[in-house]
Formats: sequence, structure tokens, C-alpha cells
Amino acid sequence: MLKSTPFHPRTAPLVRAQTWRRWAGHQVASAYEPHPDREYAAIRNAAALIDVSPLYKYRIAGRDASRLLDRMVTRNVRACAVGQVLYTPWCDARGKVIDDGTISRLGDETFRLTSAEPNLRWLSMNAVGMDVSIEEVSERTAALALQGPSARTILQSVADVASLKYFRLVQTTIRDIPVTISRTGYTGDLGYELWVDAARAVPLWDAVIAAGEPHGITPAGIWALDLARIEAGLIMLDVDYYSSHHALIDDQTSSPLEINLAWTVSANKGPYNGRRAIRAEAARGPAWGFVGVDVDWSSLERAYAERGLPPQLPAIAWRGSAPLFRDGAQIGYATSGCWSPLLKKYLALAHVKAPHFAAGTSAQIELTVEHRRRRIDATIAKLPFFDPARKRA
Amino acid sequence: MSGARYDAIIVGGGHNGLVCAAYVARAGRKTLVLERRPLVGGAAVTEEIFPGFKFSVFSYVVSLLRPEIIRELELPRHGLQILPLESTVTPLDDGDYLAGWADPDETRRELARHSPRDAETAVLFGRLMHHMAMAVKPILGMVPPDPSSLAPSDLRAMLRLGRHMRGLGAERFHALFKLMTMSSADYLDEWYEFDPLKATKSASGIIGTFLGPRSPGSAYVLLHHYMGEIDGAFRAWGFQRGGTGAISEAIASAARAHGAEVRTDATVTRVLVRDGRVTGVALDNGDEISAPVVVSSLDPRRTFLELVERRDLPDDLVTGVERYKFRGSSGKVNLALSGLPRFTCLERTRDEALMIRAARGAVSISPSVAYLERAYDDAKYGDFSRHPYMDIVIPSMIDPGMAPPGKHVMSVFVQYAPYHLNGGWNGERREAFGDAVVDTIARYAPNIRSLIVGRQVLTPPDIERITGLSEGNIFQGELALHQLFFLRPAAHWAKYRTPIRGYWQCGAGTHPGGGIMGASGRLAALEIAGRGTGNAGRGGGGG
Repeated sequence: MLKSTPFHPRTAPLVRAQTWRRWAGHQVASAYEPHPDREYAAIRNAAALIDVSPLYKYRIAGRDASRLLDRMVTRNVRACAVGQVLYTPWCDARGKVIDDGTISRLGDETFRLTSAEPNLRWLSMNAVGMDVSIEEVSERTAALALQGPSARTILQSVADVASLKYFRLVQTTIRDIPVTISRTGYTGDLGYELWVDAARAVPLWDAVIAAGEPHGITPAGIWALDLARIEAGLIMLDVDYYSSHHALIDDQTSSPLEINLAWTVSANKGPYNGRRAIRAEAARGPAWGFVGVDVDWSSLERAYAERGLPPQLPAIAWRGSAPLFRDGAQIGYATSGCWSPLLKKYLALAHVKAPHFAAGTSAQIELTVEHRRRRIDATIAKLPFFDPARKRA
Repeated sequence: MSGARYDAIIVGGGHNGLVCAAYVARAGRKTLVLERRPLVGGAAVTEEIFPGFKFSVFSYVVSLLRPEIIRELELPRHGLQILPLESTVTPLDDGDYLAGWADPDETRRELARHSPRDAETAVLFGRLMHHMAMAVKPILGMVPPDPSSLAPSDLRAMLRLGRHMRGLGAERFHALFKLMTMSSADYLDEWYEFDPLKATKSASGIIGTFLGPRSPGSAYVLLHHYMGEIDGAFRAWGFQRGGTGAISEAIASAARAHGAEVRTDATVTRVLVRDGRVTGVALDNGDEISAPVVVSSLDPRRTFLELVERRDLPDDLVTGVERYKFRGSSGKVNLALSGLPRFTCLERTRDEALMIRAARGAVSISPSVAYLERAYDDAKYGDFSRHPYMDIVIPSMIDPGMAPPGKHVMSVFVQYAPYHLNGGWNGERREAFGDAVVDTIARYAPNIRSLIVGRQVLTPPDIERITGLSEGNIFQGELALHQLFFLRPAAHWAKYRTPIRGYWQCGAGTHPGGGIMGASGRLAALEIAGRGTGNAGRGGGGG
């Protein structure tokens, strides 16, 4: 049996076509309407409200809390101010990524870590001998993402977020409900995430919906979120890369440098898991890169025209593996792809072998065109595909 | 009939004998299978013990049957149909339960209820066992080379094996070495913290073996039971529709389709040997059937010490087989039930759907490692366990055809029941053993007694008497490290050959042995078909 999230009493009646999916053992809406178009549009045009409660959440507190996290992740946690949020991967001793998530510094000695998979065991193993308490609060804490250009206006009507900067958080109340609001998200747009005690989840949903109604707030499911995160070039565990803890073969593991997370590797911090391996890898240059792929429209159109059809575009993002070629030889594989309704481009996220990372590199992607595998022209692109100024403004 | 000629005779119609027959017949040999009982299957038989109630009398679940056998013999076409076994529930001493479900998220949540850490460990442990099974898998499919031989074929095979081991990398090689030497409880201690979980997992390390969970060597048996998880069959264990006898029937049907003749009620008393060469077999009715190849699917004791004259064998082989350990340690209790037993630990959830789901899976009576070890202690000193380890399944919940509508059959695998019981087994002791089993079940499912309409108790001597398995050992000899690979069943004679020309062995007493796997039968058949009728002896000499 899948679990439902604390928002289920509100979300369930809205799911019109019974389009549910599994996320970390929970059932969440793929889309509320039969088709995710309007929900996606809300992310880029108004504001979408997305239930992201299935994320794993840990409360890490104590004298050594920052020491523990700093030793675990690639970013410099000691430099993280109270009220700041860091996005970071964490690695094993071989410098291969185990998981990625956010670290919120709630207090001097209190942090919240989010992750895609369970990490209690790994946290405990790293905390041996430290003065720190690790508590899983996944079930206790509900989370909502409010994402889109109108997100600030909506939130401002119920809480003071006017001065809340990108990747900062504030602990406040909405209609007397204590919430933590962080300016974070998985859409690459202006947006916030609201963290609340599970028992107060439903009233919070109601409060935010009420505040958002005049501004076109739209509950959105995972299909819409998936389109937005591909445009934003944000990776997903188990889709774009595998945890080194679960990989069955070495080829299934990735270092931060290999999945476009070099920016998260701090050069001036103390020892952390995988540092030696990552430094050595940085020195010799990573073997793989993670890039965007921009599929050439005319090439796609030609391939379909040969079959007497106009191009057939995916209505939702695909997750799979599409080989990439250059000069007839395979140079990598795409792991996610979609038609971007905003950019009007067929986009994909891909692993590419050195030295084919450079933006502008010509490649081909293997797609199925009316039952036949075809190599369609494509161009390697820098991520993200979409990066509006409002995200940080 | 006695004048008929065959290219090959297989003694014993258990699943390995039938697999061997199918492959030998497939290679174009005129093949005859002789089975003592009125039905084929050996320990994989389905019988209607009580009117309307059908039982997989001995072996009751399947997972290890080699995929290449399923494929090559086209077993699905002959009736193989495996139904998934959904779950395992372990009732706990505090009245709660521990469950492993088919769904990984649900299992993780359930484990986390008892130990959040173990819930995460399970994924990593599963991956390790996957790697260990991958490491051992090629060995399962190879004829064991003789490490003391200088024959080119042995050297080549040893080299191949060496390369394979090197290819594992240090980490996995060390893990494999530990698995080969440690006790299952110690091995699991390195990973898990929740004792009932360790107990339930370590139970696979004692099945069919005279070892406790704390006995070194039991970790390997654990791995042996994990090997069914690879080759896409990650749902590990399942039921054959119609019971395990239907697997045997499917293999027999495949053998017949390839031209083999399968004769039941035909007891072979002697394998006939002249001048160091096999000439045929003699039956208990006085018939003699000649063939240049005779394959024994019986266990090593019967193959070497009963079917042929010891004087036809070298002393070291005789000694080796005499030393080979059987020591049956398990029994079986088959119950015909008028309704579904209600386990207290599930009932208190008041979740009827949960109870029904759990009834479609196994119930493991393994509340703690100490419980299992104490059960072993009883056996170590010559008694059956007063509170035994039990693996309980209700096949009629998955395959309704096994019992009359609304009624059920319950299969209870019980350990320990030593073959060599203090004072010996007799009818009274058998019933006392049956009572201990029912009493223990009643501790967890009090309504069981009122449901029993038929009870069949099988002790190791019963298993021996009915199936012919020496000392009632379900694996044709223990799966202990000193009896595996090139030492199964004896040094120098692990390649399915014997010192007698044309006389072969193909039972679970040869590599890799144990469980409804069929690998021994297949490998033996490939050797026989590949090398003609000749023997090879020790690298070519022998006899």
C-alpha cells in the first residue's frame, strides 16, 4: 500500500483522471487535470502549488551538527549562515554521488536536510563520535512548493517574504500556522517551499489557495514539475543518475563533476567524503559531463515527413535512455527529455563523454520515429535551458 | 521388456533424474528412467494425502530451478507455471510482527517500524547478495575442475575460475570469502541490528543442514537460497501451480517429448558391472535391462555403496562417500485445515486485508536468533526441537485447486528433527514431534487446533523411507563447504563420472546440488552427451 501525504484530503478530490504516481512510497498526483498543460503554464505564468511532502527530511541538531554535515557534503556548510539554504550532493569515499538535496540552517546548531532517498543510516555512520542528534522528520513535516512569477505576490499577502532572498529562509506564520518558508524549488523559477507540521498541513493548503485564488494559483502535479525541472536543468536521482549506494556496476555511478555539479564542490573547505577522489578527478578532468541537448526541429520534422507525418511530440517528459552519437560513434545517452512548451524546443538532459561537452557541439540523438529508430540532429547546450532573472531577483 | 536395449538408463525419477533424462534424450539417445515409486518427482511430488487435500509433500517452494533448463526444455509448454509468493511474516515475542512484502517501499516502511537503520541497510545488503550471487553464478553452471589435477582441461578451468575471482575485485572477493566461512548470524550481525530480522534471514542458512545460525559455514547456505533471486526472478520464491509435483511432471513431459521413456513402479536393485564397465541394471522383479550408460540420480551413498559393489571402486572414493555427511535435520508437517488459521500478531491489526495478504505468503517462526540456536541445541544433543524453526505456507491461498473450496492445506517445514534421535524414531515419537509443531504454531495462531482435519508428520526416517534420500537429508547431503564444488560428493569424483566406465551420477549429491534446481542433472547430461559412453576417471585414467 502506498502512503498518502498530509495534503491528501485536499489533493485527492482534485485529481480528476485518477492520474497518480509513486514517489518515495507515497501516492502523489501526476496531474490534477487529465493533461498537465495548464498546470505547467501556471509554473511559468502565474503560480503552481505542488505537494512535495514525499521528500525525505532529517532534523540534525547539536554542537557537531555543522561538523557532521560539512564532513558529509561537498559544499561548505560551516560558511552557511543561519537562515541560509544550500543545495548540495554528497558522496562516498570514491567521490561518487550518493544523493542530493538541500541543507537549511534553521539555527546555529539546527539543520534540516532533504534528500531523495533514505539517508538515516549514512548520517548515523558519519556521526559516530559526534555530539549530534539525527531525527527523521519525513512523516512529521509536510512540504508545499509555490512556484511561479506570482508566488511572491501571493505569499506576501499572508506572510512577509518581500525581503527573502534566493536560497534563504524565514520562520514565520501563515494564518497563525507556524511555517518555514524557503526561497527554493525544483522549477528554476521564482518560487518558495513551505515547511509545516503535518498536522497543520490542510489548513495551510487552504490558506495558500485562498491567498492565491485572485492570482491564478493552480495545484500542479509531478508531470508539470518534470517539464519545469528539465527546462531548469535540474537532475533527478534514479532518473538522471543512480545513487552510488544502489548502483550495481561502476558505470552506473557518477561524481559531482560528471553531473554538472562542479559548482557545488567547495575548494576551500575541510575534509569531506570523497574529497581526495574528487580532487584527483578535477585534476585529470572528468570522464563524463552532464549537458543539455537541443534536438534540431528540421531534422525531426524531416524524419517524420519521411513517414508522411508531422512531428509527434511527447506530451509529458520521458524518462529512459536515448543514445547520443557524434560522427557515427556513441558519445553518451540522454536520460530525460521533453517538449518545452515555453521555449518551443525538444530538450533532453544527457551524459556525454569527454571531450564532447562544449555547448554548440553537433550530435545526434536516437529517437523512435513511427516505430523506427532514427538519429536526429541535435546540439549540445549549456544548462539550464531556462533561467529567468526573476528566480534570483 | 527385459530384452529391450537402451542407450542410457537413469536410475531415479526425481527432478534431477528427469532433467538428465530429458537432456540425454534430447541429444538423441534412447533413454529410460526407472522410478521406484508409482509417481515421478522424488522429493518434488504432489499427493492427495487426505481426500480433496493435495500437498507438495516434501519440497514445497521453488526459486532455484535454473533458467536455462526452463528455456531449453521449454518447461512452460509442459506445464511449468510459477505463482508468486507474496511475503514473509515473522510473529514476534511481544505480539507484534515483522513482515517483508513484495513491494519495496512497503517493506522499507515495515522494517523502519522496527529499525529505521535496518530499513536502509536492507537495500545495501540486497545489493551485496546480488553481487555474491553473480559471483557464484558461473560456478553453478560449470563442471567442477579438480584443483589437484594437471590435466589441461582442469588447468584451463582453474585458470578461468581464477580470472573470474580476480574480476570480482578485492571488496567482493573478501565478502565472498567471509560468506563462505562465517556463520549466518555473525554475517548478518555485521549488517543488521533488529534481532528478529536477523533470525528470519539467518533461517535460510540452516535449512536442510545440521548447523545452527551461529555455526560457521551457515552463511554459505544463506547465499545458496539467495541465488534464485537473479536472472530476473527477483521475486525470489514462488509456488508451482498444482504443487511441486507438477514441476516434476513438466520435466517428465519434456523428457518424453524428446523420446525418453519414464517407467514408474520400477525398483533398481543393482547396477550391473562387468570388467569395470557398466552393462545395465537389475530390477527387484528379476528383470535386467542393459545399457552402455547408467546414470544414478540417487544420493552418493546409494550410488556408490548400495547400487554397485565396493570392490569395483577405489578405496579413497568409498572412504570419501562413507564420510560424506547426510544428517537429515528437518521434518515436514502437512495439515489439512477446515479454515484459515488466524495469527494473533496480524489479528490485532484488525486489518482483514492485511491478514489475507499475509496468508498468501510465508509465516516464519523465527522470533529471535537465540530461539533458532536453542532449537539447534535440542537437536545437537539428539532431540527434536521443542520449539522448532518453521517455514509455514498455505498453498491453497495461492492455488485454490490444492484444497476443497473454503478449506486449506498448510505446509510446515520444520527444523530441527535429527535423523539420529535419542532412543530412535517410532510412531509415538513421530506424533510427539507433530504435537510439538502444532503446539508451537498454536502459540502464534491459537485457532489452529480446531481447524485440523488431517495431519501428516514426516520425520527424517520417513523422508528416507518414502523418497530414498539417505538419512532424510533434503539436499542429498549437507551443503557444507567441505562437501561443495570439487568435493561434492568426493575429491576427484565431482565431474559426474565414476570409476566404473559408463556409470554416472546426476543427483543433488553432485555439484551444485540442493533445492529444485536441476543443475546437477543438466551438467551431468551435457557431460554424458558430450563425451560419449566412456569414463574419464581421474583426468583420463581411473577404473
